[in-house]
Amino acid sequence: MKLAYWMYAGPAHIGTLRISSSFKNVHAIMHAPIGDDYFNVMRSMLERDRNFTPVTISSVDRNVLARGSQEKVVDNITRKDAEETPDLIVLTPTCTSSILQEDLANFVQRAQIDTKCDVLLADVNHYRFTELQAADRTLQQIVQYYIAKAKKKGQLPEGKTEKPSVNIIGISSLGFHNQHDCIELKRLMADIGVEVNAVIPEGASVLELKNLPKAWFNLVPYREIGLMTAEFLKEEFGMPYVDITPMGVVETARCIRKIQDVVNAQGGDVNYEDFIENQTLYVSQAAWFSRSIDCQNLTGKKAVVFGDNTHAAAMTKILSREMGIHVVMAGTYCKADEKWFREQVSEYCDEVMISDDNGAIADAIARIEPSAIFGTQMERHVGKRLRIPCGVISAPIHVQDFPIGYKPFLGYEGTNQVADLVYNSFTLGMEDHLLEIFGGHDTKEVITRGMSADSDMNWTKEAQLELNKIPGFVRGKIKRNTEKFARDRNLSEITVEAMYAAKESVGA
Amino acid sequence: MTLADTQPQALNFECETGNYHTFCPISCVAWLYQKIEDSFFLVIGTKTCGYFLQNAMGVMIFAEPRYAMAELEEGDISAQLNDYEELKRLCTQIKRDRNPSVIVWIGTCTTEIIKMDLEGLAPKLEAELGIPIVTARANGLDYAFTQGEDTVLAAMVQRCPDKPVGEVEKEERNSISKLLNFGRKKEEVAVTESEYAKHTPLVLFGSLPDPVVTQLTLELKKQGIKVSGWLPSKRYTELPVIEEGYFVSGINPFLSRTATTLMRRRKTKLIGAPFPIGPDGTRAWIEKLCSALGVEPKGLAEREAQIWESVEDYVKLLRGKSVFFMGDNLLEISLARFLIRCGMTCPEIGIPYMDKRYQAAELELLSKTCREMGVPTPTIVEKPDNYNQIQRIYAQDIDLVITGMAHANPLEARGINTKWSVEFTFAQIHGFTNARDVLELVTRPLRRNNSLKDLGWGKLVKDAKV
Repeated sequence: MKLAYWMYAGPAHIGTLRISSSFKNVHAIMHAPIGDDYFNVMRSMLERDRNFTPVTISSVDRNVLARGSQEKVVDNITRKDAEETPDLIVLTPTCTSSILQEDLANFVQRAQIDTKCDVLLADVNHYRFTELQAADRTLQQIVQYYIAKAKKKGQLPEGKTEKPSVNIIGISSLGFHNQHDCIELKRLMADIGVEVNAVIPEGASVLELKNLPKAWFNLVPYREIGLMTAEFLKEEFGMPYVDITPMGVVETARCIRKIQDVVNAQGGDVNYEDFIENQTLYVSQAAWFSRSIDCQNLTGKKAVVFGDNTHAAAMTKILSREMGIHVVMAGTYCKADEKWFREQVSEYCDEVMISDDNGAIADAIARIEPSAIFGTQMERHVGKRLRIPCGVISAPIHVQDFPIGYKPFLGYEGTNQVADLVYNSFTLGMEDHLLEIFGGHDTKEVITRGMSADSDMNWTKEAQLELNKIPGFVRGKIKRNTEKFARDRNLSEITVEAMYAAKESVGA
Repeated sequence: MTLADTQPQALNFECETGNYHTFCPISCVAWLYQKIEDSFFLVIGTKTCGYFLQNAMGVMIFAEPRYAMAELEEGDISAQLNDYEELKRLCTQIKRDRNPSVIVWIGTCTTEIIKMDLEGLAPKLEAELGIPIVTARANGLDYAFTQGEDTVLAAMVQRCPDKPVGEVEKEERNSISKLLNFGRKKEEVAVTESEYAKHTPLVLFGSLPDPVVTQLTLELKKQGIKVSGWLPSKRYTELPVIEEGYFVSGINPFLSRTATTLMRRRKTKLIGAPFPIGPDGTRAWIEKLCSALGVEPKGLAEREAQIWESVEDYVKLLRGKSVFFMGDNLLEISLARFLIRCGMTCPEIGIPYMDKRYQAAELELLSKTCREMGVPTPTIVEKPDNYNQIQRIYAQDIDLVITGMAHANPLEARGINTKWSVEFTFAQIHGFTNARDVLELVTRPLRRNNSLKDLGWGKLVKDAKV
């Protein structure tokens, strides 16, 4: 047992559902108790999805516990097949129902007999896998299934596309700024003349997965989701993949150069150096920001970075290499991939922290006292308490990670966004000096007192206590309305009764 | 006139597949830890439970919280680890770090499935650590959403003292009267006591925000009824005294287990009344309490009329419109009854669980309201099927759907007005004073869409059904 106050990565079934619901026309059936289907709420509320989340619960209750789910799961699969005519139904348990040890594979086989669509049981260990590992595995499982199916039917396409082309793997629902990153990556590919053969899983049809081998290479922008699929396609078809996250000016260039190598190795003849130089020096504002006088004062400022592998590693490199910021600590909660993270960041920071204990990370931040933090929502909160600014760079996702405006983290527009984020997280330039010299803007304590002469209403002690229970953001309004009510009725004293009478009469 | 017209219209009950979305009952932790200020809630479950509290409930465990997960790992599931030792390790740490007056263990689906004997372990650990441990099985196998509170309160019933230990302590326990008598001298308190009629002590149960507790207590004081205590109290150490023969009454429709426990284990008398939601319900609730306690109610008709008059601006927006409850928090019957009284029609009330006995008075008032308003009685659908409901919503051209969070945005995108049912769980909706707040919530989608109606943005999905 573990005493836990916070989780950086969700449970395995969330990962599976993120993949299944990213695909077009794929439905998931959750074999789980009532209430475990909160993934639907996350999609609907965080991502503000206009469509009904394609996830249906087949509820596990006392009866199921006593007698097994019997026909229930099979019935729900066949029913959903008839109602929604999906291409694929994915069945998944949750941590809870996975310990019932029901033969879900058998349910899937039986359901398959009566359904027009394909049916798959998500193959993940719900106690060993995190959300991210499960997502990685489920994507690979679905791709593998449709490749095998096409192979069996002899429907695998021959050869490659005429022009260099790419599959972008790992863009998914409820991913950190994934939608915007995807637009930016497509733009980048268009700029360097690489056709996008497929983006999976977001918006993809499982029926078209058989066309994946037509691409010249795979691009895996996020370390957490997509690598298993890329590895599978490499083994199966010898497809090369690029797994350099194009985040920050230097890494984006490195990613593009790797693409150049991969394309040229397959008979292409491309040279992206001019493009990289043009983007770096004249289009992206980030390189110029690094050289600008504003950024000079960032030199040597202390920062702490924490997040998933992809974003924490990339951010550490950007701060250290591109902005001259002193990264005291870089950390990740992706413990399973610790070795890679250490390799990536060791030369750019003083210490590395691999942990999913938010308390330990908060303690480290308090000890280091950096000028800024780049972390998750949790570190943002820690920063608030310690009065250290924090830029959010990584999941776990929050409604604020789904901005309406365009805010990618990847590609050249991403470099601008990241530069803004860094700039806004530090106090900079002249302001910095003024604060140092004069000790801040408002050194004089603001004196507040009752302003108007007529607000001399007497509040009884009980009423005052009652007033104090009311949340601060409406307290002022309620106080004013109550006093107005009391004055209108010539009450000299405000009692609890008067307070609520006022509420009834004026809706205070 | 035929005889049939004078018969009460029978309510129609149905039961569907149970493939519906609602919150897990462990969500009660989110409001109970705030209500009971000296408590610590330990949810014994998996990552699935923890992520729910953190993410879907939006209750970010940020500042020093008084609840946590005891996250079950593979070793716990396969029984390689000793449950007692593990819980002792965690509770010792909680006691050391937070020093609460009580630790509430919230059992989950997983503790049910692996048959963890929480009720057996708790007394032993309680004795060893010297801190009360209350056990509640708020699992999704047996309960939905708000019923989680029911499991906690039912467990706490057992911990209420059965007699006052001494005058001083009695006074301390009775935080309500202490609050109302704040700063007054003893003689003055004695005078206040005389404002009350002589009646058998009454204890109310159900967790409400403190201001609403005060409002309802005052409302009853106007009738000369004294509330001896509330379950839960603000502090665990101030749980109300419950003696055999006391009257008890629940203020929420999802507290049937607590009611049963109070009757069977503590030999109290339950006053079955409609719930104090809406001016009509509040009046009926007070009248029922008065009649049980032998107190003559006074001025209630005027009080109700006055509230109706004050909310007329909202009510006129609702008259003649239809409302559909998908079913989420078990407040559905009371809310539907209130809205029908406001002049709405309601073809269907979805509800996770329907305890016809505990809700008998409310159901009766619902029938009566429909009859008096001249509208058809709703079909009450227990364990609904969300897919089927959505087809019925399309077919019936509903004006307002009260729904859980999963379906609100998709319905809005299809031009159907919605209101989140959870808002009624968290808002102050009880008593005369808060009738306006309920209507403020209910009419908000209608008012919002009135202000946008000229834009022609009704449907925001292509080829949508409807």
